[in-house]
This record gives sequence, C-alpha cells and structure tokens, in this order.
Amino acid sequence: MATLVSHPDEVRVISKRFGQGATNIDRYLELDGYKAVQKAIAMAPDAIISEVKNSGLRGRGGAGFSTGMKWSFVPKESAKPKYVLCNGDESEPGTCKDRLIFEHDPHSIIEGVMIAALAVGAKTGYIYVRGEYRYLLVIMQKALKDAYAKGFLGKNIFGSGRDLDIHWHGGAGAYEVGEESALMESLEGKRGIPRIRPPFPAVVGLWGGPTVINNAETLAAVPHIILGGAEWYSQLGTPKNGGTRLFCLAGNLNKPGVYELPMGYNLKKMVYEVGGGIPNGRKLKAVVPGGSSTPVLLPEEIDVAMDFDSVAKTGSMLGSGGVVVIDDTNCIVKFALRTMKFYKHESCGWCIPCREGTDWLEKTLKRFHSGGGVKKDIDNIYYLSENMLGKTFCPLGDAAAMPTMAFVKKFRKEFEEHLDGKPCPFENVAAGEPVLA
Amino acid sequence: MKFSEQFETRFAEMVTHYPTKRSALVPTLLYAQDEIGFLSDEVIEELAQRLSLTDLEVRNVISYYSMLTTKARGKYNVQVCTNIACMLVGGEELLKHCKKKLGVKDKGTTADQMFSLEEVECIGACSWAPAVQVNYDFHENLTPAKLDQVLDSYRKKGTQ
Repeated sequence: MATLVSHPDEVRVISKRFGQGATNIDRYLELDGYKAVQKAIAMAPDAIISEVKNSGLRGRGGAGFSTGMKWSFVPKESAKPKYVLCNGDESEPGTCKDRLIFEHDPHSIIEGVMIAALAVGAKTGYIYVRGEYRYLLVIMQKALKDAYAKGFLGKNIFGSGRDLDIHWHGGAGAYEVGEESALMESLEGKRGIPRIRPPFPAVVGLWGGPTVINNAETLAAVPHIILGGAEWYSQLGTPKNGGTRLFCLAGNLNKPGVYELPMGYNLKKMVYEVGGGIPNGRKLKAVVPGGSSTPVLLPEEIDVAMDFDSVAKTGSMLGSGGVVVIDDTNCIVKFALRTMKFYKHESCGWCIPCREGTDWLEKTLKRFHSGGGVKKDIDNIYYLSENMLGKTFCPLGDAAAMPTMAFVKKFRKEFEEHLDGKPCPFENVAAGEPVLA
Repeated sequence: MKFSEQFETRFAEMVTHYPTKRSALVPTLLYAQDEIGFLSDEVIEELAQRLSLTDLEVRNVISYYSMLTTKARGKYNVQVCTNIACMLVGGEELLKHCKKKLGVKDKGTTADQMFSLEEVECIGACSWAPAVQVNYDFHENLTPAKLDQVLDSYRKKGTQ
C-alpha cells in the first residue's frame, strides 16, 4: 500500500476521500458518493458536456485535450453501440497517481464513467487496469459488484429508465497499451498495436462503435465538477486549465509523494517546498516535468506554472504529472540511455521509425556512455531522434524522441565529456562498476 | 485441463461482458498463468478452443505482453524496477544485490525453483522508490538490507 503524504498548499478534490475508507460503498455514499451521477441523470446530455467543457478539465493522461470537447465528438445517433473506456493502464515512468485513486476512491472512477456514459449516450463502460496493479483490480472488482448490488448499475439505474453496465478489464504488462487505440486493441483481446487515425475513437472505437476514452484521473474529477459546478472547478486552476491535479514527485527529493495541487502551481515551489528540496546537500541538475516522455528542464527553467499551456511555452510538456527530480551526482547520458532502453523495450514494433529508431538509439547511447563514443554520435543521436518525430501511428516514437533531443540540446557538454574513450565522469571507476548491464 | 472453480466462475462471467468472446483473452491468460505457473501448450490449446481462436493467435498475443510467459518461473518472481525514478535512488543497486544474493542472472530462476529474478520497467511506484514487486505484492522505499528481509520472509513462507 502506497504511503500518503500531505502539504498545506494542497487543494483536495480528487484526493479528498483518500484515507477515508471510501472503498466501502456505504462510506463512499456518506462522503457525497453517487450524488453527482443522480444530478447528471436529471440533466440533458448536452448540459453535462457543456459543464465539463466549461470546467476547463483537460486529459490527465498527458495529452491535455479538453474532456468536454472529446465527449462532444461522439455522434448522437449511432447504429453501433457506444462505449466509455477508462484508461487505467498507468505506466508512464514517473507516474503513480491513478494507483492512489484506484486504491482509495474506486467508486469515484465508476461514477465518472457513469456520467461520461450519460453524456454520450453509452450503455456500456469498461475500466481497464494495468496487469501489475492486481491488488487494485481486486478493489475495482469489488467496487463494481457493490455498485451492482445497490442497483446503481444494471437495469433502470436510479429509476431513470436507463440501463448502464460497467465491467472491469485487466492488462498483462505493456506501456504501449496506455495509448488509446492500442488500449482498444488490447481490450479486444489482441496485441496492443495502434490503429491509424482518422477515424478517431469517438467515431469508430471499440468493436467499431463510437468510444470515449479518458484517463482514470480525468474521470475521477468529473463527479466533483458536476456537484461543485464548472465555475468552481475552473477557478481552482489557471485560465483554460481547470482544477487540480495529482502530481507525483519522485527522484532525488526529501519528501517525494503524490500531492494534489492546483493546476498552474509553480514547479520550483513544487521541488523545493512541497517536495522538500534535494537531499544530502546536493544541487539540482534537471527536472523531468511530466513523465519520461517530456523534455527535461534545467534549474533555470523551472520557475514555471505547471499547467498545459505554460509548460508548453518552455518547449516541454505538462504530461502525466510525473515530476522526476535529478540531482547533480547523476549522469545525463546514463539517464538518457535508461530512458531509451525503456522505449526500445516498449516499442510495439508496428512502425519502422520507432522500432528501428529506439533500437539504434539505445545501442548508440550504450556504446557512447561506456566510452566508445565518437564526436559525430552526438549529432547522430539528435538526428535519429528527430527522424522518429511525427512518423509513427502513435506517439510512442515522439515520446522517445522528444526527451532525447532535449538531453542532447541542453547537456551537449556532458555528452562531450564522454568522448575519446574517457570513462563516464559520474561512474565510480575505481570500483570497476559496470555501466548499465 | 483443470482450472479452479474461481477461475471458471470468473471466466464464465467475463465472456458475457463483451460482444466478442476473444476480448476476454488477455485477463484470462494472466489468471490462467497465475494458477498453472506459466502458459503451457496445454493451457494455450484449452483457451484457444474456448475462445474460438487458433493456438497461433493466442501465442501471438502472449508474446506481446511482458507479464505473460510460456516458461516456468520460480515460486516468487522478484521484479526489480530500474526505470528512471527508481534508478535515481538505488534501483540498480537493488538489482545487483538480488543477482548476488539469489545467484541468478536477469530472468534466471534459483535451483530450488523458489525465486526468479526480473529487471522490469516502471511499475508505478515512483514516489515510493526504489521498489520491487514480488509476484503481485509491492515492496517500496527499499534498501538492500530491507530487501533481504523481504526475500527472507518469502523464503520462509515458501518452505513452510
């Protein structure tokens, strides 16, 4: 069980039931549970969509697309059944937030899926939980069973005359499946390879039916928006970036943890105040602001508001909320290599630029880091990355390319220090420690 | 091929959740693996038949997912995360420590079939790093000494 933390700057919306025993459905009901869905039943579907649009809620999986807008793309009439799919395949390195929602407040995710289904006219929803999170799947299975037992799911929910089923689904280990089209393939019992778009899932999704796919945290925010109102929610954050977000502080910090902070909270404050700064008197070297796919920021770049638009202005991305802090004892070349090793492992192999690019890059970075690098490798690493950008069916190629380009651009000097057979300046050479086996 | 009653109840219910039976495949494979230990030829044939798929279609899916395996593992699969958040705070040291303590390489199994070792990608424990998963259980904020205690407790449990 993951440890909970707190900080006075937190604004608890999504996390307000954490540690309150809300996995128990009766306790959840005491804590305003299933009120939002009843309110939503009384609303016209368009009114639900406008409320979510006006709240400024944007996709918490990392892309930051307007949730209300996404819902509005689902056609009103459809010959095929419509679906809502909750993406709980959390696996972006640095990210561990959905885990807490599943662990402490699973019914808020169910309620979010229900409201999304009401808004788009779906009768079936699925909650996909990554395979490694088995204990959370067990919690979700029980939560769904309890919701059925109370009559909140199934036929004629809350006497509305509407039927709504929600089912659990478990993965079996694959980062790529967190990508929306690969997620649908996986749910359909196949290898998780991406689908070409258009058509987008909102029009042609699961089994060919219109499908809304949202991250678990996004859906967990929806009941709060319906109860508290769009205006209240939007004002918690910055313009066009409504609400709060679970930030996962990790890496070289005194007080790592998952903290719920308003959108637009300053990153420097997040590192030094909320996260308690860098331990052992070391200095900050760099921050990965939103999961391993997001370009690294230098210490002089972190005085930035953590919302989608402000971080984009720095040339990086707000991403998934995974803030990874790197201190000055770490080698960036090694960090870049470990990042690439991950993407190489996770590339599904469907698109050649990603399959070959991540493999070449991992090999080059490995050779480079262990002292076998030549000067032209540095430009070659950049060039190979650049050539993956925008050339793949899904964003995994971009996710591997973007951080790598930033490592080269911002730490070229450190790359140069590895040249001419020199050992990595950060490795304990005397001890003969091998570099990343 | 005999699965537990719980498996059969869950399977029977699961196939009603989707418009196509095949959709139950991925979670079913993992549950089957949990019972049998690995996805044997027999398991593959059985599930393929139940879901109206060919063996090859099932194998094609198995080879994609990192948790699924067609080879037997130890009773306890020790999965050490060395991805960025864990790497920064000692994930690699934990892996090295495990290799030494268990006397196996990555993806190796101890002679007594008690432990398997696997270096894994991010398991979603970044804020509680470094972390290790033993089968499905998370062990977080570890040091080599704490990990020793964890492994010892599994060894004790496994020999009982």
